[in-house]
Amino acid sequence: MALLTRRRLLQTGMAGIIGTGIAPMMFTKGAWAQEFCNNPTGDTVTFGFNMPLTGAYADEGADQQRALTLAVEHLNGEGDGGLLPTFSSKSLTGKGVLGKKVAYVTGDDQTKADAGRDSARRMIERDGAIMICGASSSAVAIAEQALCQEMGVIYMAGLTHSNDTTGKDKKKYGFRHFFNAYQSGIALGPVLGEAYGKDRVAYHLTSDYTWGWTQEESMKNATEALGWKTITPVRTPVGAGDFSQYLTPVLNSGADVLILNHYGFDGVNSLTQAVQFGMKDKTVNGKKFEIVLPLVSDLMAKGAGEAMKGVYGTSNWDWQLKDAASAAFTKSFGAKYGQPPSQIAHTSYVQALLYADACERAGTFYPPEVIKALEGFEFDGMGNGPTLYRDTDHQCFKDVLVVQGKRAPTNQYDLLDVVATASKESVTYDPAIFGGELGPDTAAMC
Amino acid sequence: MNALLTSRRDAITLAIFALVVLTMPVWLQPFGAAYPGLMQKFAIYAIFAIGFNILFGLTGYLSFGHAAFLGVGSYTAVWSFKLLTMDALPAIAFAIILSGLLAVVIGYLSLRRSGIYFSILTLAFAQMCYNLAYSVLTPITNGETSLQLNLQDPRIIDSALAPRPAGLPSASLFGHTFSGLQGFYFCAVMLLIAFFIAQKIFASPFGMMLRGIKSNQTRMNYTGFNTRPYALTAFVISGMYAGLAGALLAVTDPLAGAERMQWTASGEVVLMTILGGVGTLTGPVLGAWIIKYFENIFSAFNEQIVSRFFDFLPAGMHDVVVAVASKFVGEGWNLTLGLVFVLIVVFLPGGIMEGVRRITHMFDKSRRAPPTPARLSTQPAE
Repeated sequence: MALLTRRRLLQTGMAGIIGTGIAPMMFTKGAWAQEFCNNPTGDTVTFGFNMPLTGAYADEGADQQRALTLAVEHLNGEGDGGLLPTFSSKSLTGKGVLGKKVAYVTGDDQTKADAGRDSARRMIERDGAIMICGASSSAVAIAEQALCQEMGVIYMAGLTHSNDTTGKDKKKYGFRHFFNAYQSGIALGPVLGEAYGKDRVAYHLTSDYTWGWTQEESMKNATEALGWKTITPVRTPVGAGDFSQYLTPVLNSGADVLILNHYGFDGVNSLTQAVQFGMKDKTVNGKKFEIVLPLVSDLMAKGAGEAMKGVYGTSNWDWQLKDAASAAFTKSFGAKYGQPPSQIAHTSYVQALLYADACERAGTFYPPEVIKALEGFEFDGMGNGPTLYRDTDHQCFKDVLVVQGKRAPTNQYDLLDVVATASKESVTYDPAIFGGELGPDTAAMC
Repeated sequence: MNALLTSRRDAITLAIFALVVLTMPVWLQPFGAAYPGLMQKFAIYAIFAIGFNILFGLTGYLSFGHAAFLGVGSYTAVWSFKLLTMDALPAIAFAIILSGLLAVVIGYLSLRRSGIYFSILTLAFAQMCYNLAYSVLTPITNGETSLQLNLQDPRIIDSALAPRPAGLPSASLFGHTFSGLQGFYFCAVMLLIAFFIAQKIFASPFGMMLRGIKSNQTRMNYTGFNTRPYALTAFVISGMYAGLAGALLAVTDPLAGAERMQWTASGEVVLMTILGGVGTLTGPVLGAWIIKYFENIFSAFNEQIVSRFFDFLPAGMHDVVVAVASKFVGEGWNLTLGLVFVLIVVFLPGGIMEGVRRITHMFDKSRRAPPTPARLSTQPAE
């Protein structure tokens, strides 16, 4: 009680000082002291990194962890600085964030929404994490984003490709740098039309959760716009392992294209098994049978090996891009881990930097101010070209890459060819098409 | 006289138990576990394990499908939040009723067999429930994405009483919303009530009947008892406990996912009970706490922390020890848990409670005769 009155007194006093107009800027910045969740008081600030270290997307999670650790090093001025020099906003200096050294805690979300929320709560309630970054599954990302909204902690989503993350389930405290299924559809549609013609019948196998559903819908819309027909899609459980029971009916269904709305180990397994079924060599309706993997990563291409060759998909980023930022990140990551970064590593790294930068520009860790700094933020030098963080849905808009499994890789990491780039303008859409509400930005006390 | 003594001992146990549970935020501090999220889990899974033990510990029927009731409880509670009100009590009531009904159906069918056949039947039913929730009933359960609150939810009672708040509401009790520590105390009180009821069941003639089923069901039948209604009652009660636990999971965090019903979750409660001590009152609670502690704390250790922990070792040895130790933490927490489980089952077949008893007897040897081995050995169901 005594503490409360003392704080009241301080607040009133502060208001008085500001009111008289003699307060310099630094006073107004400090005026939110202790009024929000996990306000860092010491000389460190803690980031919470929550990723799948087990489960169907564990490979992705491992790479995510590497990238986020690297981001912390660079923020603290260790290593070669990575993207700090190329980033268009120059407020990050390598001296931590707002003068505080960045520390981090990690957790395993097990690729499960429940476990992810548990882990995020531990980081927020026990470890005092000021922001949560991570996830490799949209189901987990959406669940954690909702939790973070409740707790008043900013959530920088990792790899989440469902339209719902920044659509139906968008949150004021959630931000996504990664692209989404709708954009994949826009980017992939024309390429597929050119390569496979306008008269095709598609068979969808879809991961049975938010990401699969929205990607299936987006791919369906994009391919039907070309004139393709769609056979009733089939839903498969996440982490199924054996997809043969779902693949058996494909060849007798009259379809001549198989669209695999699968990711991680699921994508690797279903693609490899489809190829083992001889699908790539079949001819149906007088046309060569084709397989499409709308969302693909290096890690999946590596896992699928031979099966990936010639298969089309989309990516958020690729380490073989020629711009200075991509080269800098690949170099920095490669020097530390001896392998090129995957797209999930890139997006997670960028998210951590973007959060740190927004705090610097806002001059505070106070979430509503940081949100304001991120909303509508335009930047460049992060490997994707000019990028916009749209304020209405917290989705990033940038070029989308259409990739194809390389037929003659020169080394074990040279797996994907960038065959086309859909411009930022072409993949921009009206946020109203997905509905949803951001909700309030009031700072909670967790 | 004897009954009076038991009830007095029960009252003392309950008092000590209450003290231990309610002071969790204090004594868990040094273990790094004194944050609301985990303490809520401690209380909730303790309820789950106590309920499971009423079936497994007393009747010897090993159910491998209790997660189904947990999941149904969660889904019911979240739907109650979505459709009616954010108040916790109706959600809990609906959850207990619905999981109880499901337990009647599953129990009625499964209890026609005993032993391993019963276990397999319950497992099959639970997997069916899981698959229904995961892919067939997605309009109700939202599948892998898991069921969550929405800004557009009707919440009929709440919106009739007061204007809608701006953000997502959180669970409340008579209009008083609770979060964090209050949420823990709410769960803790529920745990104490659950513990008290379990004590009463253990001490009652009904409990005696259940123990009779465990020791020799055929003999019970020959003496003229129809055991099945008793076993079914025990099954339903333990299903309702699981439903309560599921509802509390939703109350503390309004989200329900299908993975709560997976066989691993069913297996987990079996592990909790065996780890702590089958057929004892406090054993399953201890088991639940240890497993949840491992899951939440050990899984969060990363190489950094391990490295800091072994800082005192010389450089060369340090690296080796860290490399080995870090395999057992982080994503390897299951490995550690498995080891602990094996050690306990091999050396203390009666679980942690047997260890506790052995220690107390070591001190009491001079005063009391050693325990009869019959009390310590656990007997499988027929």
